[in-house]
Amino acid sequence: MIYADNAATTRMSDAAVQAMLSVIQQNYGNPSSLYTLGQQAKEILEDARQAVAEVIGADPREILFTSGGSEADNQAIRSAAALGKKAGKTHIVSTAFEHHAVLHTLEKLKGEGFDITLLDVHEDGLVRPEEVRAAIRDDTCLVTVMYANNEIGTIQPIREIGEICHERGILFHTDAVQAVGHIPLNVKDDHVDLLSASAHKFHGPKGVGFLYARKGVRLTNLIEGGAQENGKRAGTENVPGIAAMAAALKESAGKIAQNTPILAERRDRLIRGLRQIPHSALNGDETQRLPGNVNFCFEGIEGESLLLLLDDKGIEASSGSACTSGSLDPSHVLLAIGRVHDVAHGSLRLSLGEDLTDADIDYIIQSVTDVVTYLRSFSPIWRDLESGKKPHIL
Amino acid sequence: MALYSEKVMEHFRNPRNVGVIEDANGIGEVGNAKCGDIMKMYLKIEDDVIQDVKFETFGCGSAIASSSMATELIKGKPVSEAMQLTNKAVAEALDGLPAYKMHCSVLAEEAIHAALEDYHNRTGK
Ligand SMILES: Cc1ncc(COP(=O)(O)O)c(C=O)c1O
Ligand SMILES: [Zn+2]
Repeated sequence: MIYADNAATTRMSDAAVQAMLSVIQQNYGNPSSLYTLGQQAKEILEDARQAVAEVIGADPREILFTSGGSEADNQAIRSAAALGKKAGKTHIVSTAFEHHAVLHTLEKLKGEGFDITLLDVHEDGLVRPEEVRAAIRDDTCLVTVMYANNEIGTIQPIREIGEICHERGILFHTDAVQAVGHIPLNVKDDHVDLLSASAHKFHGPKGVGFLYARKGVRLTNLIEGGAQENGKRAGTENVPGIAAMAAALKESAGKIAQNTPILAERRDRLIRGLRQIPHSALNGDETQRLPGNVNFCFEGIEGESLLLLLDDKGIEASSGSACTSGSLDPSHVLLAIGRVHDVAHGSLRLSLGEDLTDADIDYIIQSVTDVVTYLRSFSPIWRDLESGKKPHIL
Repeated sequence: MALYSEKVMEHFRNPRNVGVIEDANGIGEVGNAKCGDIMKMYLKIEDDVIQDVKFETFGCGSAIASSSMATELIKGKPVSEAMQLTNKAVAEALDGLPAYKMHCSVLAEEAIHAALEDYHNRTGK
């Protein structure tokens, strides 16, 4: 089996599994309890906070543990919106291709009277800092731009955007769920006030994540109750998950320098191979992208069929086609970079892990080529394109 | 649980009656690329019987399986019987489809009906 859907989720690392098991079996105390077992758990929690903070260049007091990326996104945006509203500022700048955890939160805020500007991400899937600058108004309270896109893997000019926001004294949030543990980043150098991350994207467990909130940025609770997490997130902490997340992150972050060139080489090998398929196109900028991300559109075929047949060949990948999402519209990310519906339905995302070999990559290339050719052989759209009845788009 | 029934997967992996009939006397195309599924049905009708049927489909697994099953259900049948084909019959013959994929079976019904209508228009029958 070739698992090529690491942007969806990753396999837990051995270190993460070990950390989780050891907490479950030995340190099962409640961190709020004052006896030894509880205080051991508390220590594990605070060690994890220290480890996570170190990786992103933060202070441990700036890290809040959450149930994952979605919760962190919700809380970051809700908090900035609440601060803005108090100051009479109700304008938010974001982009058209954010994760739904961001977009749907913004949609809710719109219903509550906020004004939302979604910036164009252009054909290359990159936000232009000067367009962020131009979009900022006197009543802007937040800019939120994802660090790296989850579908097309493009890495945004976060530092430039952060500088602009700080020049103007505006809070800056970045959904770094796809970036943390995969590319080097530092919240201070990047001028980030709020950052979201999720453990299961960097070989940690599902259902755990964290929110970085710069000292001085007042958070709003999503969950009320006990005084855990400095009173900002109630509920007994997920100590096994948090310990595993810290173990996974230390390892992933520590291997970035070593893994990146290898992964990027495999990625580029895959891109070169898939480009040989006629009427195909890479989605997103070729160089400003995550080292493991490949995303293509193939004209004349539909993504779900492609995925099912690749699964039969032992390759696990994903697509932005409507049929894989249960809605009639294909991925909002592909539409945002200007792919028309016909083409967006025929997309394929392969997100590579460190475990794949060159032979695996060549097998993927051959398999995708075969399946695309087969599906085109009885596609009425392909027939129309090839007979000249309709012009090729790609 | 798997996304699709064994029957759907079997028809998806080995679709029956794939291709084109060059001298078809009834052709129907339904769906559009915007929604992600297009089906084209070719019929060869002689003596009011569907002698041959072939399809081309751009679409998801259930769209391809629905096309395949629909062609099987009408092949060799009198036109009057083929006219009665429903999406429900297609879905049932496939041992069911997920609720959000029922539109694929609807498309198969519509494609057959469109091809039969084309036949009627051509022959005046
Ligand atoms: C960019 C991005 N943001 C947010 C999320 C949500 O993270 P989680 O699944 O931990 O809630 C994901 C993962 O699907 C993601 O890729
Ligand atoms: Zn479909």
